Amino acid sequence: MPQIVLREALKRGLEEALDNDPRVFMMGEDIGEYGGAYAVTDGFLKKFGPERIKDTPISEQAFIGAGIGAAAAGLRPIVELMSMSFALVAFDQIVNMAANLRYMSGGQISIPMVIRAPTGAGVQLGATHSQSFETWLAEVPGMKVVCPSNPYDALGLMRSAIKDDNPVLVAEPALLYGAKGEVPDEYYEIEIGKADVTRTGTDITLISYGYGMRPVNEAADTLAGRGLSVEVIDLRSLSPIDMDAVIASVKKTNRVVVVDTARRRGGIMAEVTTDLQQRASEWLDGPIMRVGSVDVPWPYNRGLEREVLTDAADVLAAVAEGYGL
Amino acid sequence: MASSTKSSSTTSRETAKSPKNGKNSAADLDKSGIGAETDYLDLFRQMYLIRQFEIACGENYSKGSIRGFLHLYIGQEATGVGAISTLREDDYIVSHYRDHGHALARGLDINRSMAELFGRSTGTSKGKGGSMHLFDVAKRFMGGHAIVAGQLPLAAGLALAQQYNKTDDLTICFFGDGSTNQGVYHETLNLAAVWKLPILFFLENNMYGMGSSIERVRAGGIDFYPGMATYGIPAAEVDGMDVLAVKETTELAVARIRNGEGPQFIEAKTFRFVGHSLADGQKYRGQEEVKEWEERDPTITFPTKLIAMGLATSDQIAEIKAGVDLAVENSVKFAEESPDPDLSEIHTDVLA
Repeated sequence: MPQIVLREALKRGLEEALDNDPRVFMMGEDIGEYGGAYAVTDGFLKKFGPERIKDTPISEQAFIGAGIGAAAAGLRPIVELMSMSFALVAFDQIVNMAANLRYMSGGQISIPMVIRAPTGAGVQLGATHSQSFETWLAEVPGMKVVCPSNPYDALGLMRSAIKDDNPVLVAEPALLYGAKGEVPDEYYEIEIGKADVTRTGTDITLISYGYGMRPVNEAADTLAGRGLSVEVIDLRSLSPIDMDAVIASVKKTNRVVVVDTARRRGGIMAEVTTDLQQRASEWLDGPIMRVGSVDVPWPYNRGLEREVLTDAADVLAAVAEGYGL
Repeated sequence: MASSTKSSSTTSRETAKSPKNGKNSAADLDKSGIGAETDYLDLFRQMYLIRQFEIACGENYSKGSIRGFLHLYIGQEATGVGAISTLREDDYIVSHYRDHGHALARGLDINRSMAELFGRSTGTSKGKGGSMHLFDVAKRFMGGHAIVAGQLPLAAGLALAQQYNKTDDLTICFFGDGSTNQGVYHETLNLAAVWKLPILFFLENNMYGMGSSIERVRAGGIDFYPGMATYGIPAAEVDGMDVLAVKETTELAVARIRNGEGPQFIEAKTFRFVGHSLADGQKYRGQEEVKEWEERDPTITFPTKLIAMGLATSDQIAEIKAGVDLAVENSVKFAEESPDPDLSEIHTDVLA
C-alpha cells in the first residue's frame, strides 16, 4: 500500500471534494498565494482559482462567520484557521452561530461546514500557539469534532467531515503533518463517532487520539515487551465520543489509562473518565488513570515544553501507579 | 408622490463615492421615478401591524405568557418596513434581537410568530428560539440574532453565496448603533468591501445601545455613515421615521448592489419609544426626548399625510386598522390555544 504523509492525506481529501462538488470552496488566511501556513493547500489557488480558494483578511470572526452564512445558503465551505488557538477569536461565531443555528431555528437551517485547524504543542510556539481547544468545542452540542492520528484516518475523516451536513471541526495535530502512513488508492470513509481499536489485548486498555497516539503506542510497545497484552483505542472523534467501544474494551481488560496531550484539567478525557465511572466501574480492577499535559501555559523553552507535554514515560508511570504493572 | 421623493433626497446624504458615483444625487432621484408604484396603504398596514403586534407582545409579557427578554420595535416601524419593501423574494434578511418588525415586514406568519414568542410548538422555531430568534428560511428571513454584531458576518456569508452562485440577489443586514463598537463590525465591513459582496449594511441608529447613549460610548459623534469612506463603501443617511424616504434610499442602494457595485451602507436615524426591553425602567433618558420623537410617530404621521394628499381616505385607514387589530387578537388566541412542544423536541434539531 502506498505511504504518504498526513499533510498529503488531508490535501487529497480537500482536493477531491473541490474536484467533485462545485458547492465546496475554501477560505482562510494565506491559503492561496502563500499556499497555507502548513502547506496543506499548496497549489490549490492555481488549480481552482480565487473564487474557490479565498485568501481572507486576518479576521477570524468575519471569515468563520462568513463560512457559516455561506453554509446556511447551501454552499459547503471548508475554512482553515491558522492555529487552533485562533479559534478563540472566532468562538462566538463557532458556538453561538454555527452550533446553535439549527436548534434555535427549529431545524430550518443546516451548517454543512468544515473548520480545519492545526492543533497542539511540541514545536516551541509558546503559550498562544500551542493550545488544543478542540477539547472545549467537543462540549458544544450542534457540532462534531474529529482529530486524526495518522494519514489513513486523516483522509477518511476529512471525507466524512466534508460530506456531513453539520459543522465539523477537524483538529489536525501540527506535529503529525509530516507523519507517514499507508493510505490505499481505493475510496473509503471513516465514520464520525466511531473509535478504532488499533491494538487488541486483554490486560490493560490505553485510550487516546490525535498526537496522543504516539506516546500511547510507545508505551504499549514497552508494556508488550514486559509480556503484557495491551489494548489501544484511538477515539478518532471527540464529539460524539464512542463510549461503547471504550466500555467494551474495559470490560475485557479491567484496567484503563486515558491519555491526552492537551492539558489534563477538564478536557475530553475527563468526560471519558466520568462515563466509565458510571457505566463500567464494577468491571475495573483499579482507578481510572488520567494522563494529560501539565496545567500551565505552554512554555517556549524546548526542555520545559517537553516536560509539560505528555510522553510515553507519563503513560507508563500512570500504568504503574494505578495497576502496579 | 413627488413630495416623498424630495423628502428622501433632502434627508439622504452620500459620503464615500462609488466608482460610478453620483447616482443618488437629488436630481437623479427626482428623475428616477422610484416609488411610482408604491402601495402606500400597504406600507401603513405593515407599520400598524408591527405596532399592534408589539403592543400585544408587551401585554402578554406582563401577563407572563411571553418570558425571557422581549425587545419591542415600537417607534422604528418606518425603518424596517421601508427597507424591506424594496426586496425580492430571493434576497436574504438578517436581523438583530429586536427582530419582530423585520419578521412581520417580511411577511412571516403573524400567528406562528406570536406562537414562537409564547414558546409554543406552532411557533416559527417550534418554540425553541423565542423572541430574539425568529427564523423563516422559506421567506429567506435568516434570524433574529442576539449576540450584538454577531449577525454581520453571517450576512456577509449569505451574500458570499449569492455572489458565488452568480445571482443578482442580495442580503440586507440590520444592526443597531450598539453593534458598531464590536470588532466584528469592522471585520465584516472590510471583508465585504474587499470581496465586493452584494450586501446592504443597514444601521438602525436609535441613539441608545440598551441604556447607553451614543455620546457615552462612542468617540466620533452620533453619525456613523461618514466613517464608511474608510472602507470605500458608499453610504447614505436617511430619516428613519419617514417610510418613503427609507424606501427610496434603500431602493437606490439595492439597485447599485444588483448592478454589481458591491456593499452599500444606510444609516437610518430612528428611535424606540419604549425601553430597551420590558425590564428597562429608562432611567438613562428624559421623557422630553421621548416625547419629541413620538411626535414623529410614523403610524400617525404617515396616514395623516396620505389623507391630506388625497392618497387615502380616513375610512380606508380605519378599515386597515380594524383588520390588523383583529389579526393581532387572533394571533394571541392562536398562540394561547397552541400546545407546548412535546418533551421529545428537546433532542430534535441538534444535528442535521
